[in-house]
Amino acid sequence: MTAQLTAPAPAPDTERFARGAALLRARELGIGVAIVLVFVATTISNHAFANAHSIQQLLTGAALIALLGVGETMVIVTRNVDLSVGSVVGLSAYIVGDVFKHHSGFPVLLGYVLGIVIGAVIGSINGLITVVTRVPSLVVTLAMLYIVRGVDGVIVNGKTIDPAAIPKSFTEVGYRTFLGVPWLAIIVAVVVAVVGYAMRSFRASRDLYAIGSNPEAASLAGIPAGRRVFTAFLISGALAGFAGSLFLALHAQIDVTGGNGYELTVVSAVVVGGVAIFGGSGTVLGAALGALLLNTINQALVAAKISSFWNEAIAGGLLLAAIAFDRWLGLRVARSLQSAQGAHRDA
Amino acid sequence: MTPDITTKPSETVSYRGADDGGQPLWRKLVRWETALVFVLIAVLIFGSAKESGFLDGTNFFYISLNMGEIAIMALPLTLIVMTGEIDLSVASMLGLSGTVMGSLFHDGWSVWAAMAAALLVGAAGGALNGLLVAKMGLPSIAVTIGTLTLFRGLAEIVLAPRTITGFPISLTKIGVVPVQGTKIAWSALIFLVLAIIFGVVLHATALGRSIVAIGLQPEAARFSGVRVDRIKFGLYVVSGVFCALAGILFTLKNSSVSYDAGTGLELNVVAIVLLGGVSIFGGRGTVIGVVLAVVIVGCLQQALTQMGVQPEVQNIVTGSLLLVSVLVPNSGELVRRIRARRRRGPVPAA
Amino acid sequence: MNHPVGKEPLLVLEKAAKRFGAVRALEDGSVTLHPGEAHALLGENGAGKSTLVKILAGVHQPDSGRLVIGGTPVVLSGPAASRAAGVSIIYQEPTLFPDLTVAENIFMGRQPRRAGRRIDRTAMNKAAVAVFERLGVQLDPQRQARGLSVADQQIVEIAKALSLDAKVLVMDEPTAALTSVEVERLFDVMRTLREQGAAVLFISHRIEEVLASCQRVTIMRDGRFVSTAPIEEVTADSIIRSMVGRELGALFPKTETDPGETVLEVDHLTREGVFEDISFSVRRGEIVALAGLVGAGRSEVARAIFGIDRRTSGTVRVNGRSLRNGAPAAAMAAGVALVPEDRRQQGLVMDMGIDRNVALASLGRLGRFGLIRRGSERDLASTWADRLQLKFGRMKNEVSTLSGGNQQKVVLGKWLARGPSLLIIDEPTRGIDVGTKAEVHRILDGLVSDGMAVLMISSELPEVLGMADRVLVLHEGRITAELSRAEADEDSIMRAATGYAAVAS
Repeated sequence: MTAQLTAPAPAPDTERFARGAALLRARELGIGVAIVLVFVATTISNHAFANAHSIQQLLTGAALIALLGVGETMVIVTRNVDLSVGSVVGLSAYIVGDVFKHHSGFPVLLGYVLGIVIGAVIGSINGLITVVTRVPSLVVTLAMLYIVRGVDGVIVNGKTIDPAAIPKSFTEVGYRTFLGVPWLAIIVAVVVAVVGYAMRSFRASRDLYAIGSNPEAASLAGIPAGRRVFTAFLISGALAGFAGSLFLALHAQIDVTGGNGYELTVVSAVVVGGVAIFGGSGTVLGAALGALLLNTINQALVAAKISSFWNEAIAGGLLLAAIAFDRWLGLRVARSLQSAQGAHRDA
Repeated sequence: MTPDITTKPSETVSYRGADDGGQPLWRKLVRWETALVFVLIAVLIFGSAKESGFLDGTNFFYISLNMGEIAIMALPLTLIVMTGEIDLSVASMLGLSGTVMGSLFHDGWSVWAAMAAALLVGAAGGALNGLLVAKMGLPSIAVTIGTLTLFRGLAEIVLAPRTITGFPISLTKIGVVPVQGTKIAWSALIFLVLAIIFGVVLHATALGRSIVAIGLQPEAARFSGVRVDRIKFGLYVVSGVFCALAGILFTLKNSSVSYDAGTGLELNVVAIVLLGGVSIFGGRGTVIGVVLAVVIVGCLQQALTQMGVQPEVQNIVTGSLLLVSVLVPNSGELVRRIRARRRRGPVPAA
Repeated sequence: MNHPVGKEPLLVLEKAAKRFGAVRALEDGSVTLHPGEAHALLGENGAGKSTLVKILAGVHQPDSGRLVIGGTPVVLSGPAASRAAGVSIIYQEPTLFPDLTVAENIFMGRQPRRAGRRIDRTAMNKAAVAVFERLGVQLDPQRQARGLSVADQQIVEIAKALSLDAKVLVMDEPTAALTSVEVERLFDVMRTLREQGAAVLFISHRIEEVLASCQRVTIMRDGRFVSTAPIEEVTADSIIRSMVGRELGALFPKTETDPGETVLEVDHLTREGVFEDISFSVRRGEIVALAGLVGAGRSEVARAIFGIDRRTSGTVRVNGRSLRNGAPAAAMAAGVALVPEDRRQQGLVMDMGIDRNVALASLGRLGRFGLIRRGSERDLASTWADRLQLKFGRMKNEVSTLSGGNQQKVVLGKWLARGPSLLIIDEPTRGIDVGTKAEVHRILDGLVSDGMAVLMISSELPEVLGMADRVLVLHEGRITAELSRAEADEDSIMRAATGYAAVAS
């Protein structure tokens, strides 16, 4: 009796499950393949697409969303969401621009620091309210989106910052390349690599996954959930502020509409990149690749002479497809587990 | 969503509830709706103090004109939030339906046929949301962020960069003239009639009771024979149709439409529903609360506009209102935690 | 066995009290644990055991009382502090992270690290394997926790507790979801831990288990400490008496009935990977019990009959009418009622009032055109509250304020209000105090006498033996035995439930 019940020869279901899990983990690979496919298909229809310049544009265009996606991933993994990122980009970009305009000698590097600080402040307010009051972050950051946009509007007051006001050495980041790779892309890649590695390798970052995976279990395990979630919001805000500075460097001008609607693109990119909207799983690399895929499709449309009016619809459709696909995959894994158990019973 | 290792929300809730001894006393005494009435009175006093003509009929017309479409969209959203889901695609649907109506009208359809088509598009869009959320079990926030983008994108494909005008003046006059013999805009009148219907449905019918049960405990609802999926699906379709109706009214009111009509209004709609006291976790809320929230926001916006406050500041006000409306019901939690911390501190070790 | 009394106790909890608002969850929580002992903590539901456990876990902070661990008075500010003090808890419900690997689940928050404070995954996986070896189980440390069976989840929990090298191990009903073999293995682990000088606090509802595996027993009632005694000085009867505080009469009322015509016919019912080829029938005036180990597929059969889950094949007929697949509303219309296993999640809407919960399954009958008449709703509820002798304050009170037994009566009332011809009742008395248990049994007996057909699922053998006219035993998704009331005894049921009865059908 013991023998039959205790030695359940775990082979069939474990293996099949492992395959399912590997499939999920290969999400990054899948997106990579999709990017290449879109690229190749577009190149076939329009040979001009495959030149250095357009590849640079692909990378540059995706960089900011990818950067925001890094912070957003950290937040979503904890079963929260940060919808304020777009407004933070707009606000920090404008304030940094305004500072350059009025203080001509302002150090370029401090411009970036200033952006990061502005973002960090807003991120910490988001985190504080979410953690202390336990109001759903969806609502908190939605409200923050409003408020920051409002503050931005008041500060901007109909003005624009034009390229003349911004130091050349600041905007350099937006257009210089290194070995043909845009600086912007390199900066974001470094952030993705560092954060991606950290998300795998430190106790505190594993806590983030634990919190999103099962909040009660996390608190029973003694994980300081409040502090961790706060930190995630703080970093998301800081990265959004940094993205604001980079936005200014890239476009060399800014008005009240800067960063409008980015929050939705970022969430799309992150979810397309395989980060579960209900927390617990997903990687920073996936999110960045998701951003790159979205941008590649956008550029492909331009190259294929399809109106850019299609961009938004395709982004929305892709988001829906991604979550539907995740669901389907999850069901399949569950089913294969179930029939594996059934098969085992029959044996 | 896997049945094996999932957290049990109700256990946390009950455990949390047990920990602070249920709601704070004042929450038991003061209903949210009562508080809203006081807020409304305060807003009216504030408005009248700043502007002598604040309470007169013309003003009233403008307030009702401004709020009509938002208010109509808030009603189905109220029911959706009551079931514990959300619909962020409402304003995009407003834009899409207006766009469809405008473009068909431009192509020579009669205005009535174009309107009917717009309503159909609303139903179809709602059905798409419902399919993905109710039938496929996808998280509604992700789904409706997706359809928010999708619907707006479709509107862009259909219409951009054109702006359609030239609708019959007999219809567009609803943007200028109140309902005969009253000081109220047509859209607001429609809202009031709908509000009564929605109120009865939510508070006095089997369907309403089922919606509440779904929001509080979806599994128990299913085990009681409530057709959870069908109800959720239906609510999304209803939401789509009424957002399309709002789109038609919005188009006629402005007597023009472009693809970006109503961009960002979803935030106002969500803010109103939450300010109305509907719990974002589902299961709790009243239609009367939402109606009060509509009036408060409308009056406040009008007061601020008349004071010459920038529209951006109004953003700040709406955002703060949204924040306050979820912070206050959760303040019990805050107080409890502060107390717990204080208690923990001085306990002697022995 | 010799008792380590006289040695310095590992943990002493004295007169701990905890109240939540107006509710006194615990008034006098006292327990003393010595090194090397397995100590049982017994009491009815609501006796304060869980609160006591949560105090030891650092989840709740007591309002008064004192806690001494290893000779020093301590204040546990949170779960982390409790763990640091050498206390490790295994909860009844496994608390795993489904998205993380098994090894990470075990070492969450204390993963082995290498240079630069980075997590050392190789070392972590090795350590996990080492713990599993101590437990004598094989589990891949690198697989995700999602999809593990409940028993395997519990094993991960135990591995977590083991890897902590805790001085005090608290087990809150760890055996509820385990098969007897797994329970045996757990007891082996307990023995090993005791030999190493740890103390085990063991909470269980199965008194036989306690008598077999513990050295001392502490009994609680109504939030208060009643007694602590060596196991030799107590009997199952004396324990129950102290738990309940009074004598019990005959536990199972059973009126002889003559079964009438067939109400439920289940034919070749199959749900792929869950259960297979289930055929049986239930007649008017009889109770048919579905017995078997947890995980054998009993509740799943009930869910498929009622339409909560879709069946892959087979038919279900009620009063001769075939039921639509996956449609609870259709089953209800045909006269089926299901009192589910999990009262708090499935049976009741905890935050709704008593009246509304009772009415929830009868909404269509309470008025016209979908409108609900509040009067008829309240009448319906008070009728059934009377008949079932519900103890409550006001009809409007949320059902979460009721005791487990009264909650079960509300669920019963909700379904009986529909006047069903078939009542499926899953674990009718789980988590209910002994007094109300007898009441529920009496109610069931009355229903059957009046001609209702009852399909009962129960994990409690005495309940099955005491109440059922026929017993169907499930083993791994198949019926392995059908026993008449005369044939059914503990031995025959357990043999069939573990797959050792070659007497299928």
